[in-house]
Amino acid sequence: MEEIQNKIRQEVAQLLSEGQVDFVIGFEQGSLPLRATPFFLRDIADANLLVWSPFCENNLATYLTKIQGKRVGLIAKGCDVRSVVALVVEKQIQRDHVVVIGVPCQGMVDRRRIEREVDGEILKAHQEGEEIVVEGRDFRKSLPWKKYLYPSCKRCEHRNPLIYDTLIGEKLVEEAEGAYHEIEAFEKLSPDERWSHFTEEASRCIRCYACRQACPMCYCAECFVDSSFPKWIEKGLDPSDVQFWHIVRAYHQTGRCVGCGACERACPMEIDLVYMTQKINRDVKELFGFEAGLDLDSPPALSTYRVDDQQEFIK
Amino acid sequence: MMKKLPEEKVTPFVEKLLKDYEVLGPIQTAGFVSFGRITSPGELKLNHQNSTKAPKEAFFPQWEVLFRYRSTGQSVEVQSTEDPGRTRILFGIRPCDIRAALLLDLVFDSLDSKDPYYINKRKGTIVVGLGCNHPVSTCFCPSVNGGPFSREGADLFMTDLGDGYLVEVLSRKGRKLLQYLNGKEASEEDKERAMAIEDSAARGISSVIEADGLMEKLEKMMEAPFWDFLHEKCLGCGICTYLCPTCHCFDIADEAFDLRGQRVRYWDSCQFPLFTLETSGHNPRPTGRERIRQRIMHKFNYFFSTHKAIACVGCGRCIIHCPVNLDIRRVIDDIHRE
Repeated sequence: MEEIQNKIRQEVAQLLSEGQVDFVIGFEQGSLPLRATPFFLRDIADANLLVWSPFCENNLATYLTKIQGKRVGLIAKGCDVRSVVALVVEKQIQRDHVVVIGVPCQGMVDRRRIEREVDGEILKAHQEGEEIVVEGRDFRKSLPWKKYLYPSCKRCEHRNPLIYDTLIGEKLVEEAEGAYHEIEAFEKLSPDERWSHFTEEASRCIRCYACRQACPMCYCAECFVDSSFPKWIEKGLDPSDVQFWHIVRAYHQTGRCVGCGACERACPMEIDLVYMTQKINRDVKELFGFEAGLDLDSPPALSTYRVDDQQEFIK
Repeated sequence: MMKKLPEEKVTPFVEKLLKDYEVLGPIQTAGFVSFGRITSPGELKLNHQNSTKAPKEAFFPQWEVLFRYRSTGQSVEVQSTEDPGRTRILFGIRPCDIRAALLLDLVFDSLDSKDPYYINKRKGTIVVGLGCNHPVSTCFCPSVNGGPFSREGADLFMTDLGDGYLVEVLSRKGRKLLQYLNGKEASEEDKERAMAIEDSAARGISSVIEADGLMEKLEKMMEAPFWDFLHEKCLGCGICTYLCPTCHCFDIADEAFDLRGQRVRYWDSCQFPLFTLETSGHNPRPTGRERIRQRIMHKFNYFFSTHKAIACVGCGRCIIHCPVNLDIRRVIDDIHRE
């Protein structure tokens, strides 16, 4: 990883020195153990602050739709790249405005799961080969970090960036067990069990919209929850309003979610969010043979039609 | 007055309180701790570091009905939903969160504005504080006039001695709970142990923010280029403001169903564009630059100039839970370096 980190730094320094980009978005060391933090880099001298570690958990493509008229270098994992593709396909960004510095990704570590493995606060953490070493006031523990990947990383089938301008390091072997086996298990539950899972999860929501803000595909100039005329939804914690938010959020992702898990990572209340979009992703794949963010030339499934589209669901 | 509440007497104490009072305390929900109403002592999680959502909800709920109304065609009937007679106990609240309530009092219960919804809940609540034996690395309460064993604002205050609690009575409201407390007078040894715990906790605080001169510094920074870059990585979600124990902005709306409805008040956040969007479509805080500046200015400048206090209690929630690790301690350091 250190080698990859060095290559990232060299590549970024070169991009900036050649004036190919106005700035680069990557990661720097976070202020907390187990954290890296997004970093907007303009000065070549700061290139050595860039880091690459199993803690680079944010999807940096989410910033791209907020940036107008600049050329941006983006340090991009497999999922960040899928988001770039999806945003280009949806005509939200221009491909030639982004220099994609693709990094094959071994998965990111679920910091909250690591925190729960120890009694007491983790004060220091670092990676040593296959282990994450965490230290606290009176403990030191080594944990095999690949056991603690985020669920979205475990099921990821595109760890290698699908498009890039520069690729850092070697491509990895794709080894996910399949993106949809969890949702297949969930579908086997009874409607009551599924509904109770959904309502229990949604009941913790505080409507901070971190899920929406962290998502690269949630770029609407006005989200339906923010519309006051017409008012689609109330703003309080009445269960029906909170549930309505979560259902519509998931529906609006139909054929668009790249499954990066940024929504879940951002949620302070640890709400299970991805299973809903996973279900919809799988339906879209089955119905239309489409998965978001794989191909710059395929229009989004719900923005187009083919004469041979499935239509059994039209009664 | 100081009493010793041995470990085995905690359950009977809380059981007796539950017979006469509604008790709110730290409870485990999914993977984290939050404050909620308990129905049995076993639900309390008193060794928690701190709750994810701040207990300010006890006085200032995220969403509350102010009144209900119904139009009869000729007139409008308005029905109050307030219950001012309720007495509750907020059990096991940390000193930073008690300090936050004292700051909220300045807003909702000042000489020139009285918020009955807040005041009813606040006045009807007995505050049982719990000292922090082991502050975490993100705690910086001493930098903002607090402390892990600050008793200010508590009616009763508990120190975890390991084999029970030292309980101090600090107000007339707190004294009312003495009859439920079947404990002995605390011994000199207990008091000495409590002092040692308190000293060690104070030494355990590793984070500092430089509050001195911050207000003056910010006074000159309204148009500084600093803000152009600070907001870049901010996602613009409401986590920092919604988990903050001192943030207190709200909006009011009518939830109407035909001829009847309810007027509700709910939290709002200066980090949302809608917060300042005007009817004309103009937004005086159009980007993250203005919105993050507002959050910092309000806490460390505006609130200070109005109330002579910083609207931050050093609880660290915004640091721990920010999805992009935008750390207020670093922001303050950077402001001083400007």
